[in-house]
Amino acid sequence: MDAETNKYSIIVPTYNERLNIALIVYLIFKHLRDVDFEIIVVDDGSPDGTQEIVKQLQKLYGEDRILLRPRAKKLGLGTAYIHGLKHASGNFVVIMDADLSHHPKYLPSFIKKQLETGASIVTGTRYVTGGGVHGWNLMRKLTSRGANVLAQTLLWPGVSDLTGSFRLYKKSVLEDVISSCVSKGYVFQMEMIVRASRKGYHIEEVPITFVDRVFGSSKLGGSEIVEYLKGLIYLMVTT
Amino acid sequence: MADPFMTPELVFIANSMKHVLKLLSLLVVISALWIGLLQASIIPQSHTWLLPIYFIVSLGCYGLLMVGVGLMRFPTCPQEALLLQQDIAEAKDFLKQKGVDVGSD
Repeated sequence: MDAETNKYSIIVPTYNERLNIALIVYLIFKHLRDVDFEIIVVDDGSPDGTQEIVKQLQKLYGEDRILLRPRAKKLGLGTAYIHGLKHASGNFVVIMDADLSHHPKYLPSFIKKQLETGASIVTGTRYVTGGGVHGWNLMRKLTSRGANVLAQTLLWPGVSDLTGSFRLYKKSVLEDVISSCVSKGYVFQMEMIVRASRKGYHIEEVPITFVDRVFGSSKLGGSEIVEYLKGLIYLMVTT
Repeated sequence: MADPFMTPELVFIANSMKHVLKLLSLLVVISALWIGLLQASIIPQSHTWLLPIYFIVSLGCYGLLMVGVGLMRFPTCPQEALLLQQDIAEAKDFLKQKGVDVGSD
């Protein structure tokens, strides 16, 4: 694949990310200077004026570089990606969070890894040397590690970070995988990567750091654990 | 990349089997080996009967070990929070200059 003709569509679902969306757009432009890309903001009717800020960013960076493709209300992550995909003109698609837990400075390493290996998917992993997490207490790390060991034992997924949502896909691969996924939330991210792995797509990983900015609200209560276990069983049986 | 063991038929079966079935197949193979051991009496029967328990306990211990080791070696990146703050400040400065509203959060 000729590096000069690749275009990267970066899909960023947003909900009440008025400040973060501006910061993330700045950082993407800073770190992808010589890359052909577009940012597709899929906003779910944020009441805080996120879309107004995106329009200001469009004036600054150009409407061909920043696409605002909103939806009327909060409709979930999977459908946000599908919606964004419809408007993506690149041959590669990046998905990332809008809250700056995913730092755009890693985008060049995703691109480089894909060009080096020809992979269909490059996924960011927080759990290897060179990666890492900041902002998690011991309990959170324990549940994360326990969940990961369980998932590795039961699913043999072929990637070290299953619930991560900072990924680069070949556009055709994302379209193929997303059409067969039905889960919600983080199980959706797991389903995507496991289905891709089962379909035999070449998946590579790059280390990323993750700064948890949603302090306190990611409580892992009993219901989350039950949802996770149900998700694992679902994936065991259907993939 | 050609693996002589993986004939096209086996590849098809492996690719279309749901994962739970793969795990069950593995369990069936291990059970067959265990029953074979029971019948062949290479190891005293009293020991052979306990093998499944040993297996499950070992699996559990291995799992706990992986969790413990992983927890100890959990990669952290405290400097990233600081770097992020710097990036945010830089971004805010630039955007404010260019007329983008970065006032509130």
